[in-house]
Amino acid sequence: MGLEAKLNQDGFVTTTIDAIVAWARKSSVWPMPMGISCCAIEMIAAADPKYDIARFGSEVMRFTPRQCDLMIVAGTVTYKMAQVVRRIYDQMPEPKWVIAMGACTSSGGMYRSYNVVQGIDQFLPIDVYTAGCPPRPENLLNALMTIQEKIGKTKARDFQNRSLVDLELAQN
Amino acid sequence: MDVKELIVGKVKEKFDSAVEDVSDFRDDLCLTIKKDQIAVVGKFLKDDPDLQFVMCKDVTAIDWATCKKRFTTVYHIYSHKLNYTLRLKANIDDDPPTVETVTGIWRSADWYERETFDMYGIKFLNHPDLRRMYMPEGFEYHPLRKDFPVLGIPGSLPLPKKAD
Repeated sequence: MGLEAKLNQDGFVTTTIDAIVAWARKSSVWPMPMGISCCAIEMIAAADPKYDIARFGSEVMRFTPRQCDLMIVAGTVTYKMAQVVRRIYDQMPEPKWVIAMGACTSSGGMYRSYNVVQGIDQFLPIDVYTAGCPPRPENLLNALMTIQEKIGKTKARDFQNRSLVDLELAQN
Repeated sequence: MDVKELIVGKVKEKFDSAVEDVSDFRDDLCLTIKKDQIAVVGKFLKDDPDLQFVMCKDVTAIDWATCKKRFTTVYHIYSHKLNYTLRLKANIDDDPPTVETVTGIWRSADWYERETFDMYGIKFLNHPDLRRMYMPEGFEYHPLRKDFPVLGIPGSLPLPKKAD
C-alpha cells in the first residue's frame, strides 16, 4: 500500500468508504474449504509454504461456515452431497463468493453419471470456475485473485438492503 | 487331496440336486446353487469342520438383461483353514427378483446385500434391515440394472433450488 510513505507527510490519508471496505474485504477472504474429494489435496497444497495462500490473506480456513466469505467447492458433488453443500452455503453470512474448483464441480467432469451433479451452478451461484483435474495450486490462487479483483470492484452498499436468503432448503 | 476336489466332493455328497453347475475357470472354483438352497448350502460350507468357510467377503449380482433368468447373485466366501476363496452363484428367475438372505450365516453379508438390493433391486428375504445403501431414501430405481440410463432419470434425484 505504501502507507508508510505517508508517515513522513501529514500522518493521514483520505479515501472513500467504498475503497477501504472493498480493500479490507478482498484482503481477508476467509475460505470455507468444502473439500469433498481429490481437489481438496490441491487446495491443501495451496495453503502450504510453497504456494502459501496466506500471501493473499486467505490462510484462515474456517471449518464453520459462519466465519467464511468464500466457499471453495473442491471435489465431486453428488446429488446426495448437493443438499449438504447448499445447506453450508446458506449458513455463510453475506457477502459471500464461490469458487467451483476443478472439472467435477464445474461440469461433472469425467463422472458423466446418474449420481453426480453435472455442474454445481445448477444450485449455487458460481463466481469463478477453475479448470483442471485437479487444478494445480497456482490455478486455485489465480481463481482467488480473480475473486479479489471482483470484490475490489464492489461498493460497500452493494450488500445492504438485500433480502434475507430463504434459509429453508428446497426439500422438493 | 486337492482343495477343489474336497469342496466339490463334500457339497455334491450332501446336496447333489442343489448344485446346478460347477465351473473352474482360470483356477477359480465356482458353484452354481439352486436359488432356494443357497442358505442351506452356505450354512453347510461354514459349519463343516473340514471346510470352515467362515468369512463372507462379498455379495453382488449380475444383470443379464435379456436372459430368462435375468439376475444372478454372487457370493465370495473364504476359508482360513483351506486358505481358499470360493464363489457361489444363484440364478434368479422370478420377477420381482427375490432370494433368501445369508445374513443368518455370515453377519458381514448384511451391508453387501443392502448394496445389492440398492443397485439391482433384488429382494433378500428375511434380511434384518433391507434399506438402500447409497441412493437416497425414496429413490425409485436401481441404477446398475441394464435398463437404467447412464445419466439417470431426469428429476428423479432432488437438487436444492438455485440460490440467488
